[in-house]
Amino acid sequence: MSANRWWGRPATTLAACVARGELSAEQAVESGWEAASTWEGDVHAVAHADATVRARAARTAPPGPLRGVPVIVKDNLCTAGDYPTTCGSRILAGYRAPYDATVIRRLRAAGAVLTAKGNMDEFAMGSSTEFSCYGPTRNPYDLTRVPGGSSGGPAAAVAYGLAPLGLGSDTGGSVRQPAAFCGVFGLKPTYGRLSRYGLVAFGSSLDQVGLFARHAGDVALLYSLLAGPDLRDATTRASPPPDVSAWDRGVKGLSFGWPENLWREGVEPEVVAALEEAAACLERAGARRVAFDFLPGTYAVATYYLVATAEASSNLARFDGVRYGPRAPSTDVWSLYVRSRSQGFGPEVKRRILLGTYALSAGYYDAFYLKAQRARTRIRREYQAAFGRCDFMLLPVAPTLAFRLGEKTTDPLAMYLSDIFTIGANLAGIPGLAVPLGLAGSGLPRAVQLVGPEDSEPTLLRAGRALEVRGEVARLGREHETEFPWPMKR
Amino acid sequence: MAHEAVIGLECHIQLATRSKMFCECPAEFGASPNSNVCPVCLGLPGALPVVNRAAIDAALQLGLVLGCTIREASVFARKNYFYPDMPKNYQITQYDRPLCEGGALPVRLCETARSFPLIRIHVEEDTGKSFHPERTGDRPVSRVDFNRAGVPLLELVTEPAFRQPEECGAFLAGLRRLARWLKISDGDMEKGHLRCDANVSLRPPGSASLGTKTEIKNLNSIKGVEKGLTAEIARQAAVLDAGGRIEQATLLYDADHDKLAVMRSKEYAHDYRYFPEPDLPQLTVDAAWVEEVRGRLPEPPWTREDRYVDHLGLPAYDAAILCETRERSDYFEAVVGAGTDAKRASNWVMTEVLRHVNARGLSEREAALRLPAKSLAVLIGATESGRITSASAKEVLEEVFEKGGDPEAVIAARGLVARSSPEELLPLVREVLAENPGPVAQFRGGKQATLGFLVGQVMKKSGGRAAPQVVQELLRAELGALR
Amino acid sequence: MSIDRDEVRRIADLARLEIAGGDVDRMAKELSAVLDFVAALNELDLADCEPTSMVPAAASLRDDEPDGRRLTSEAALAAAPERERDFFLVPPVVENVNP
Repeated sequence: MSANRWWGRPATTLAACVARGELSAEQAVESGWEAASTWEGDVHAVAHADATVRARAARTAPPGPLRGVPVIVKDNLCTAGDYPTTCGSRILAGYRAPYDATVIRRLRAAGAVLTAKGNMDEFAMGSSTEFSCYGPTRNPYDLTRVPGGSSGGPAAAVAYGLAPLGLGSDTGGSVRQPAAFCGVFGLKPTYGRLSRYGLVAFGSSLDQVGLFARHAGDVALLYSLLAGPDLRDATTRASPPPDVSAWDRGVKGLSFGWPENLWREGVEPEVVAALEEAAACLERAGARRVAFDFLPGTYAVATYYLVATAEASSNLARFDGVRYGPRAPSTDVWSLYVRSRSQGFGPEVKRRILLGTYALSAGYYDAFYLKAQRARTRIRREYQAAFGRCDFMLLPVAPTLAFRLGEKTTDPLAMYLSDIFTIGANLAGIPGLAVPLGLAGSGLPRAVQLVGPEDSEPTLLRAGRALEVRGEVARLGREHETEFPWPMKR
Repeated sequence: MAHEAVIGLECHIQLATRSKMFCECPAEFGASPNSNVCPVCLGLPGALPVVNRAAIDAALQLGLVLGCTIREASVFARKNYFYPDMPKNYQITQYDRPLCEGGALPVRLCETARSFPLIRIHVEEDTGKSFHPERTGDRPVSRVDFNRAGVPLLELVTEPAFRQPEECGAFLAGLRRLARWLKISDGDMEKGHLRCDANVSLRPPGSASLGTKTEIKNLNSIKGVEKGLTAEIARQAAVLDAGGRIEQATLLYDADHDKLAVMRSKEYAHDYRYFPEPDLPQLTVDAAWVEEVRGRLPEPPWTREDRYVDHLGLPAYDAAILCETRERSDYFEAVVGAGTDAKRASNWVMTEVLRHVNARGLSEREAALRLPAKSLAVLIGATESGRITSASAKEVLEEVFEKGGDPEAVIAARGLVARSSPEELLPLVREVLAENPGPVAQFRGGKQATLGFLVGQVMKKSGGRAAPQVVQELLRAELGALR
Repeated sequence: MSIDRDEVRRIADLARLEIAGGDVDRMAKELSAVLDFVAALNELDLADCEPTSMVPAAASLRDDEPDGRRLTSEAALAAAPERERDFFLVPPVVENVNP
């Protein structure tokens, strides 16, 4: 195992050491790349990287709370002047955005260094990072398994230590599920708290930029730096975001929902075991369990696949070979569109564009899209009712631990159902946090998900922190950095 | 066979905002290609729209002045279709919940007051511009410029309330006047600030049902609307008279050749797949905003016209001309406000001022700067009182429009105050009588009209400065004395 | 609910996608399976549920101020697959105009 003094340290530690002059920003960034020399060849988490570019970025990073801290961001966040932005798609091959996404601007302003763009399922459509034009990313804990998706690249890179922080996007679980499969924290914030400006849209009413970190405290720091209104995104909330500085305050007095009906069937025993362990741990730390039944996730999946694909079919219309991206030779505009798009998009993207086009087309709008939007209202109410009884809910992230490469690529429905526990938060616009919970007997990471009402990020982070130290604050203490092992190559 | 045409219009008004509908690019016309663009209006991946408040405000002004119902929570929607000058391949517009509904535009047609009802007015974004190959032998490519993409438009849809092409022309002229009146658009049809599509179908006169309609695009001048519709009505009538059936179609009007072309491309087989724009929250227009806009609406042109007729006693013809533009009618009102009789003010504005505006190619705003309404009022007053002659007044106008300056100063500098002292004028009168024995004899023979000629001769001799009243009295006296 | 081959072709045309002949059947089958799955929504009582069109947020409107952050035409055209001076180029739109 490659290790150096700085590898795997929390962002807060790196930033403090850079600020004190104990290490340079360049060293902080390159310590991650030393790890990458061991891992990256097999894991393939990175879509775009450039040693010169990151060295320059490290040298010129402005002072700020993340000065010198490397961050890997998903390939669907626009970054100007350093790396391509291609969404893992041939249709954007070589495309360089002329502007920074708002979250990227805020990252840079805080002194962070973009160390790479992470691999992803094409246009964030997938749950395994197998649908990328750059080839699949593998799970650093088991190279025969997927890292989850669609933000599998940043999740795997944060897991093996390329960077302590990562940004992904979460439309139906695309941050939380890969975080769970790779054993890191993954936060999908409340809709409207992080700007989507510069995030290449998939399902606009569901997309949120999500955060990866190995430590709860790092998630809190990153959230506090990125959340807040943006005049360029009319769907951001105007009010100031909630204060997450008390992430380490413990869970005494909080209550968590326990909708056990959801995992009575179709959920792996290791996943259920993780839930039981997490619940016990939260109770030991002073939280109270409230059991109730909750609406089965199949409705959410059905709703999601109509809403997300409908929005995607429209969002992806702009990729047409006219203003950017490769163009197929054609003698008329019709074939320019059809050929450029048919050659540029992969099969899963085409499948979803077709489904969404169908759901919006004349004669079917009411039966599909409109019905899905009604169902969405119903699902949001369901969550509101649940949060009348508890502060947050404890849920699985996915029904399984990381699955094998190729296991679900041939069956779209099976792949869609792997999002069954995460999709609800996107439909309801509420935050969800994937919390790593050590390794299963198989050596694969386990995780649980905390879902709370709008703006409950402070609560979720408190609970996530409580699980990070397993409720035994006294033993692990505040200096605790990590308690689960580094990924093992197999 | 007799047919009755049923016509509805869809008009697009390009708003004269400073920035575009959903981004901060300048909305100006005439910049070099693809220089007024940004990630938003170029449809770059990741870019998001943010609504320009001024565009909504303009829509509220138009909606309120036309008596529309304003929807408190209206919704932007995406209209999905592919076209090279449409950056996102969808247009952000409004669909089932538009900002304004109902209302009507009053129009005066052949001296009759008419009112054409509207279905709706909504806000949307313009497309870029494609330049297609024009001649055979040109390289087979279209050039695309996105400077216009994202400029705010209002789309106004009428009820199918028109029966004659001329009604449509009058409606469009009325809409253009109103848009300029409110200063929400430059209304220049040649620059595409106001564009019009029409739906037209024929039916037997008096029938309540509707025939199959066709859509005509590109009716981009008032004449074009009338000619294009006349052509299409004739085409449909010929088809029906020959026992044929009208096929639903989109036609393109070519104004240069006065020809209609049917468009039959796959591109026109549309299923727009409208759905609410997820990147924009619903547009909330609260009562306070509506009332604030209502409070600063100008008096509409048709109300002014009526007031000029009913309260100022002007002929309808005068009222219509004075209310063609807001600048003109404001100017006229200011002249009246400075104490001038309305009819007199109307005559001066319609003849003298407009003559200079047209001859010199001035805008009415510029004209009002060169000759402020107060100065015109002074000039009219001076002429009425006989202090200067009307010939001198014209001279003053000439100089003021040419070089600027205060009319009073011009009168003084040129010594234009009318010469009315008999001692000064009598020699001129005598000269004229001596030089014109023929007319003098005619007058004596009873031909009174000759007096006018003689007055004119004296005026001429005086350089237009003699007070005609005094000249006339002196002439009569002299002629009487000579008898 | 099932989607047939013609329907797949119709929506592919709308979406400007080409589905290779052999893939049309497979796509029809996969889409039909997804539609069968989403039919589960019919089990929900949605009588009193208004459609959610987006998560509500206070409408934030922008002041009408042009700003200087627009792209230069060079930046705007940097990724253009084909250009002529400052214009984007596309093959002509075939409009099949029948006079």
